Amino acid sequence: MKVISTSTGSNVFGEGVKDGTSIALGYMPAAITFGFIAQTTNLSIQETLLMSLLVFAGAAQYMALSLLAVGTGALEIIFTTFIVNIRHFLMSASLNEKAHSDSLLKKAGYAFGVTDEVFAVTSMKQGNISSMYIYGVFLISYISWVVFSGVGHTVGELLPATLQQSMTFALYALFIALLAPSLKKHRKIIFLAGLAAVLNSLFIQLMAEGWSIILATIISAIILEFVEPASQKYTTAESPARKEKR
Amino acid sequence: MMSVDIFIIIIGMAVVTYIPRMLPLVFFNTKHIPPTLEGILQNVPYAALGALIFPGALLIHDNVVFGLIGVLSAFSIAFLSGSLITVVLGSIAVLTLLTPLF
Repeated sequence: MKVISTSTGSNVFGEGVKDGTSIALGYMPAAITFGFIAQTTNLSIQETLLMSLLVFAGAAQYMALSLLAVGTGALEIIFTTFIVNIRHFLMSASLNEKAHSDSLLKKAGYAFGVTDEVFAVTSMKQGNISSMYIYGVFLISYISWVVFSGVGHTVGELLPATLQQSMTFALYALFIALLAPSLKKHRKIIFLAGLAAVLNSLFIQLMAEGWSIILATIISAIILEFVEPASQKYTTAESPARKEKR
Repeated sequence: MMSVDIFIIIIGMAVVTYIPRMLPLVFFNTKHIPPTLEGILQNVPYAALGALIFPGALLIHDNVVFGLIGVLSAFSIAFLSGSLITVVLGSIAVLTLLTPLF
């Protein structure tokens, strides 16, 4: 592990792993369920593991299984995956603002790991974040996702039904745990999250979930920027505090 | 054992998932970004969390009350303690205890 050789790098990496543990925990039931459904959809253990290894996108992987089950064609499954995951474009763009600048290769590497959960944990971290921190959060989550996909394929049917039902809530609990502390800090954040929640609940009736989340997020982020511009939070108009990291 | 069809689907899914995640991180220049756009991008995480939680969290069971209890438990535990793992395990514990009622 070359990470250990640089002391600051390994500390930050370790911090990322620690913060990512809650994601790894939340992924356990999600991945076990995915693996189990994959097995009932007649995917082999190799196919199940390969999908988790190469795609690393919970919602899209579930959706692919349900499409495979009803005999949908390859192009349609791939296109649906694209629609479901296009929201990560927005998340990466936002993360790019917060992350330290680094070599494009390193950024291209952790870009693979920008799931909803990895994005949520890294973007709620105070201050700017380094690539090693993001790698820490990403890798512990990724390992959990892949390993427990395999576990689910092998022994998923052994999980008690009552526990399965309640464990589907794990990732929502994680999102709530990430959001709650910020709600106490700024009134603006209550409106940002609340408006996006209401808009998403409306849009989801009208369009695919992928588009709905994106539209709700963008509209809410734009409206609140005009109602309460970020630059007004700082003493000077040109907000040097926000430029510090560059 | 792997069927060619499934293999192609997995590769296609991997490509269309990776590209949107990679493009902004590799090609966006954060140095010359207008302040308004920067403000919007800083708002995105909070708005995204709102949209990721609702309405999904309420729809995990046919009965909306099940999800609602989960949401209220998670927020209560989060306001009291703060540790991510406590919130995740605590709200799952509450829901597991209540599952027989649903």
